[in-house]
Amino acid sequence: MQKITRPSDLNVLREKLLEEKHSKLEKEISFIIGYGTCGKAAGADKILDVVKDLVPNSNITTVGCIGMCWAEPLLDVVYPGGMRVSYMKVTEKVVEEIVKTALSGEVYKENIVGVIDLKKELFGEKQRYFGYKSLWDHDFYKKQERIVLKNCGLIDPENIEDYIAVGGYRALAKVLADMKPEEVIEEVKKSGLRGRSGTGFPTGFKWELVAKQKDETKYVVCNADEGDPGAFMDRAVLEGDPHSVIEGLAIAAYAVGAKKGFIYIRAEYPLAMERLTIAINQAREKGLLGKNILGTKFSFDVEIRAGAGAYVCGEETALMASIMGFRGEPWLKPPFPNEKGLWEHPTVINNVETLANIAWIINNGYKEFRKYGTEKSPGTKVFSLAGRVKHTGVVEVPLGITLRELIFDIGGGISNGKKLKAVQTGGPSGGVVPPDKMDTPIDYESLTPIGTIMGSGGVIVLDEDDCMVDVAKYFLTFTQAESCGQCIPCREGTKRMLDILTNITSGNATIEDLDLLEWLAKYVSKASFCGLGKTAPNPILTTIRYFKNEYISHINDKYCPAGACKDLVSYYIDEKLCKGCTLCLRSCPVGAIRKEGKIFRIDTEDCIKCGICVNACSFNAIKTKGVA
Amino acid sequence: MGEKFGVPRDPSYLIKALQYIQKEKGYISPKDALDVAEYLNVPLTKVYGVATFYEQFRLRPQGKYVIKVCHGTACHIKGGKVLIDFLRDLLGIDVGETTDDFLFTLERVACLGACALAPSVEINGKIYGNMTLDKLREIIIEIKEAEKNAKNHTSV
Amino acid sequence: MVSVTIDGIKVKVPEGSTIYEAAKKAGIHIPTFCYHQDIKKKVGACRICLVEVEGMNDYVPSCSTPVKDGMVVRTNTKELREIRKFVLTLLLGTHKQTCPSCVRNQNCDLLDLSHQFNMPEELPFPVRLHYHPIDASSYTIVREPDKCILCGRCEAVCTMLQNVSAIGRSHRGIQVEIAPPFDLTLEESPCVGCGQCLMVCPVGAIYEKDSTEDVWNAIYDPNKVVIAQTAPAVRVAIGEEFGLEPGAIVTGKMVTGLKLLGFDYVFDTQFGADLTIMEEGTELTERLENGGPFPLLTSCCPAWVKFVEEFHHDMLENISSAMSPQQMTGALTKTYFAEKMNIDPKNIVVVSIMPCTAKKAEIERPELTTNGMKNVDYVITTRELARMLKQANINLVDLPESTFDNPLGESTGAAAIFGVTGGVMEAALRSAYEFLTGKELTEVEFKQIRGFEKIRVAEIEIDGKKVKVAVANTLGAADELLRKIKEGDERLKDIVALEVMACPGGCLGGGGQPIPTTEEIRIKRAQAIYKEDKEAKFKKSHENPAIKQLYDEFLEKPLSKIAHKLLHTYYQKREKYKVKI
Ligand SMILES: Cc1cc2nc3c(=O)[nH]c(=O)nc-3n(C[C@H](O)[C@H](O)[C@H](O)COP(=O)(O)O)c2cc1C
Ligand code: SF4
Ligand code: SF4
Ligand code: SF4
Ligand code: SF4
Ligand code: SF4
Ligand code: SF4
Ligand code: SF4
Ligand code: SF4
Ligand code: FES
Ligand code: FES
Ligand code: FES
Repeated sequence: MQKITRPSDLNVLREKLLEEKHSKLEKEISFIIGYGTCGKAAGADKILDVVKDLVPNSNITTVGCIGMCWAEPLLDVVYPGGMRVSYMKVTEKVVEEIVKTALSGEVYKENIVGVIDLKKELFGEKQRYFGYKSLWDHDFYKKQERIVLKNCGLIDPENIEDYIAVGGYRALAKVLADMKPEEVIEEVKKSGLRGRSGTGFPTGFKWELVAKQKDETKYVVCNADEGDPGAFMDRAVLEGDPHSVIEGLAIAAYAVGAKKGFIYIRAEYPLAMERLTIAINQAREKGLLGKNILGTKFSFDVEIRAGAGAYVCGEETALMASIMGFRGEPWLKPPFPNEKGLWEHPTVINNVETLANIAWIINNGYKEFRKYGTEKSPGTKVFSLAGRVKHTGVVEVPLGITLRELIFDIGGGISNGKKLKAVQTGGPSGGVVPPDKMDTPIDYESLTPIGTIMGSGGVIVLDEDDCMVDVAKYFLTFTQAESCGQCIPCREGTKRMLDILTNITSGNATIEDLDLLEWLAKYVSKASFCGLGKTAPNPILTTIRYFKNEYISHINDKYCPAGACKDLVSYYIDEKLCKGCTLCLRSCPVGAIRKEGKIFRIDTEDCIKCGICVNACSFNAIKTKGVA
Repeated sequence: MGEKFGVPRDPSYLIKALQYIQKEKGYISPKDALDVAEYLNVPLTKVYGVATFYEQFRLRPQGKYVIKVCHGTACHIKGGKVLIDFLRDLLGIDVGETTDDFLFTLERVACLGACALAPSVEINGKIYGNMTLDKLREIIIEIKEAEKNAKNHTSV
Repeated sequence: MVSVTIDGIKVKVPEGSTIYEAAKKAGIHIPTFCYHQDIKKKVGACRICLVEVEGMNDYVPSCSTPVKDGMVVRTNTKELREIRKFVLTLLLGTHKQTCPSCVRNQNCDLLDLSHQFNMPEELPFPVRLHYHPIDASSYTIVREPDKCILCGRCEAVCTMLQNVSAIGRSHRGIQVEIAPPFDLTLEESPCVGCGQCLMVCPVGAIYEKDSTEDVWNAIYDPNKVVIAQTAPAVRVAIGEEFGLEPGAIVTGKMVTGLKLLGFDYVFDTQFGADLTIMEEGTELTERLENGGPFPLLTSCCPAWVKFVEEFHHDMLENISSAMSPQQMTGALTKTYFAEKMNIDPKNIVVVSIMPCTAKKAEIERPELTTNGMKNVDYVITTRELARMLKQANINLVDLPESTFDNPLGESTGAAAIFGVTGGVMEAALRSAYEFLTGKELTEVEFKQIRGFEKIRVAEIEIDGKKVKVAVANTLGAADELLRKIKEGDERLKDIVALEVMACPGGCLGGGGQPIPTTEEIRIKRAQAIYKEDKEAKFKKSHENPAIKQLYDEFLEKPLSKIAHKLLHTYYQKREKYKVKI
């Protein structure tokens, strides 16, 4: 690849690439396979194999997460002329049909989620109607606004030219050619962009603090640790559009005067790491990273450092400790990273999503950015929807949208017709929101009074089958296991709280234990060293706040109403309701259901309390009861 | 100066060096730890401290198939725990343990990022979404069969 | 200077001071676990020292939060008191409470605080111990992990003060352990036995290997002649165990006490120190004449010797072959003295009273034997001696004074200063000067090498020639110095002799000394030692009449054949970690 040696040459290249694309788009049919982690988990590899058998490699592109993880595996056909038809939940058999039909010039009619007009996407032409619903008109997308995710699922993340073609690195070229570092900082400050890790710290201000430091050596770090379990926004960005993060990091480096950057990425994201590595190498080859970027005086390079499985390493000081090869134990603040960070030098640490906003802001200006979101929380936020919601996936919405819109309008509501019980936000540091608080807007401040936080964007939807004590216990199990162990309140306190929750969910607690739990929660939060410990009690505090009755039921009645705490339920078949259809018997994975004459009975010895039979029975004949 | 363990001689690469060893050998033996300590000029206590801090590192040989059951939030509520219990039973080992024939190691992992398809399980780097007990059983049986056949082949 | 208000008291402290330090100045003593004044690294992790600062949302650790001008701090509020109770509750919940039998029950921070805070007997949850086994593999110290509160002080001392890293933090969360790596025992680790870890341990999780029972048994054995020798640093410290001010000199009372315990003779390790100077000083003179190897490394600190064997084994040649003073005294007790008194050396039991835990390992070195007998049979520390005296119903303070037995009881001021960092070098210089010049040295105090700075380098003029010497205390400092020497640092070129003491301030700050030992206390002990030197009749080792007599009667001259046999030794490379592979 040839290096680009002038900022203006980037544009030349872009126009050339677009031309090529345009002509290719007119002529050829091509296939796109959703090849993010979810896609692969859903079997995209097999789909890819099938397609490869049928069409030449050059006409197949793999892309990152378009957000509709619920619809995976996804296969898209791009017809000559630019109509891209998205197929969802494709099986190997369907794929063959789709491809064969497409090759014959027809459109396979099943499994379509929607179509995208690529001429509009790529060349800004007027949107056309192809006779199929536009993908963007799908309920899932209607309320979304895509700034961060604008390229995800649309470009090939392993090809820098795809990124450049859609305007990539234009912002970097612009700041290098036309803007002073102070101006960049000013622009970001005015945009009101706040830390998307959930801290909400104003990004421009953070940069300014570092820019002001007199040190010759400075660092910028991209926090790609995404540790919150059940959150996968950053993963989607890194897999789908890695260059946007690199570009943001390079602009940050230019703004603060850093020559070296690190991307600290969690070990559990091998695919994201691979794509980042490719992206960095390609950027270097193109002269977009390294010495004298785009022929200017600005030199900057990026190194990937892989985490090794420690949630606390998402905390900025622990992260720096880890980059420097230490145990990931948080360090004392002050001094803050902006004064003394990596190797004692001023360091900016930003989240993946924060950085992915930067190029857009530079390209479109702060005013445009501020059109999204609210006064205090401008812009959009990416959320990952998971749990009992129909549309699990990655979505980007303007800040200030309500939980209801997020869960019901975009998420499509509860997946199996059951009732919403609560929404968990903010991961292990957050809490649960009960159904009557669904109209709360989501931004940095509004969720605090109801006991939770927006956090980094993980949203887990819970229904009647989910036990709130179990959810609290789950998070405590997590924080307890992830506590670095250096401070006493968190190391010992999380364990003690977990012990009590374990006792509650196994029927061994007394009502006094609830007071003890609250005492512990209060002081673990007050006395812990870092954010992990300080916020670890939150899931307990909100579940007690909204679902105290469930705690009481576990303690006093030795019964878990949701049936999630296995020690506190036993399954039985209500003979009066059972129709003898044998469905349950066939669904039970361990064969614990016996047919005794006409009667069906669950052998409580063998039953592993998985609850599968309950869902299998169409007559609601399988019930739970307490064990007391 | 030549590189060892895939890293330059700079103590900040300790984690990377350990990842390199683990990738090469499947686990980090005391001898390897000592070699890294020597190479990066850090005390063995630090190497050990780091190796035991991070979930990823193994200090004992692993099974040929490392099964990681996701224990992220989404997977937890969608039955990840049942999967773990099931595998415990099926393989006769606890989380963190390896079967006597060194075929399987069972692990729990915090979120694989495939939450949308919870519950997820990763086996030797391949992620499976929407996992069920039946699917899991099938996969295990398949592996066992394949291994048995391979063995028969070599012994013939 | 900045001005801060602590609990309503206004104080002025230098910029950069911590809240803890400012509070101390205001007379307010905030409890600490993870912080210790000897440890530079501030972690702020235990949270026992949290305080409230006006205008800040979170409580801050006073041990590690710098003051700002005008800061208003409260250290004692309802919430803070509750937080301390909370922290104590959590700690006691995993702590093996065996206070009556715990060596540290007289000076345990956890016990003190539990008492102050009325901690209830019944915790709100069951005690959860890890049941980690006690590690008694080493000759010097014992680790009892179930008492460890994981404050991290020992680790910091071992890695940062001593550069040994025998123990370190591993695992995470409630699994965290501070121990040698890979489940090695202390004996298999590079631990040099300096005992500095136990000196900073706030509880009884590390302590000396007790030898008092063995000593009692020897005393009770009618067939044994039990002979004590006491190190220079003990006499200026043991008074503290009996309520005397640090720096009280109780030499005479200590000798009386030892006699009351049943020791047949009480000798002075300082005699051995004078002898060491004779041998080592002559060695240095010889090396100066033969051109090396330089620098000559002193050999009286066994922790240091082991450190060189493990970490700088390319320098084994440099270590003086002269044995340490306790070994010389022991060897001569079982030869010279035994012959003189016509006692079968097999029936002699030599017990060293040392400020040191490392000496407990030194006596087990197979090469430090004479005719198949250990030169010294047991080592007890200052603290152990105090315990023995108390068991024997003896209050040291009330005793009359008596003097050491002869002939191994006489010593000089040069020997006395062995107990303080720089002392060995100073004593050696006093003699070497006269050996080399043949002139009398009138100004005996070498101020250039006195003081507590970790590293001191000085050029001494001897007969118009300049000789460069260096002194280091703590192994971390020594390690740094050696590394710089090896790197060819210009300022360190041509150092002919290097004295190293593993403990801060030298043996007076040893791992066997009374707890607490702080910077102020070390200074007072040092002053006492220098006072002894000032008041001594003889100031130079070679002026010691008993030493002269010894050479006349027995050893002939320094480095003679017999001196070599009895008083010199050799060194060997040691693996740092005995890892099982
Ligand atoms: C326990 C803990 C875990 C964290 N994990 C993450 C993480 O996984 N990703 C992240 O970007 N920030 C995480 N943070 C926040 C970071 O410390 C830091 O504030 C953030 O990276 C700053 O980026 P931003 O200003 O762009 O939001 C975590 C904080 C705490 C206390
Ligand atoms: S709060 Fe927890 S994770 Fe944070 S420093 Fe303390 S022990 Fe470590
Ligand atoms: S709960 Fe699960 S194990 Fe028990 S009977 Fe139903 S299906 Fe079988
Ligand atoms: S599925 Fe329901 S109705 Fe059918 S046999 Fe089972 S319990 Fe009876
Ligand atoms: S360490 Fe302290 S609290 Fe623990 S047993 Fe000893 S004296 Fe008691
Ligand atoms: S302090 Fe209390 S517990 Fe300890 S021995 Fe005395 S009376 Fe017993
Ligand atoms: S005795 Fe010294 S070397 Fe041994 S562990 Fe303690 S501090 Fe480290
Ligand atoms: S042994 Fe003592 S000094 Fe070391 S961590 Fe434990 S309590 Fe602290
Ligand atoms: S300095 Fe003294 S007390 Fe410390 S280890 Fe060396 S000889 Fe022992
Ligand atoms: S991973 Fe495929 S849409 Fe999310
Ligand atoms: S919760 Fe299992 S993949 Fe995220
Ligand atoms: S003494 Fe201050 S936090 Fe431990």
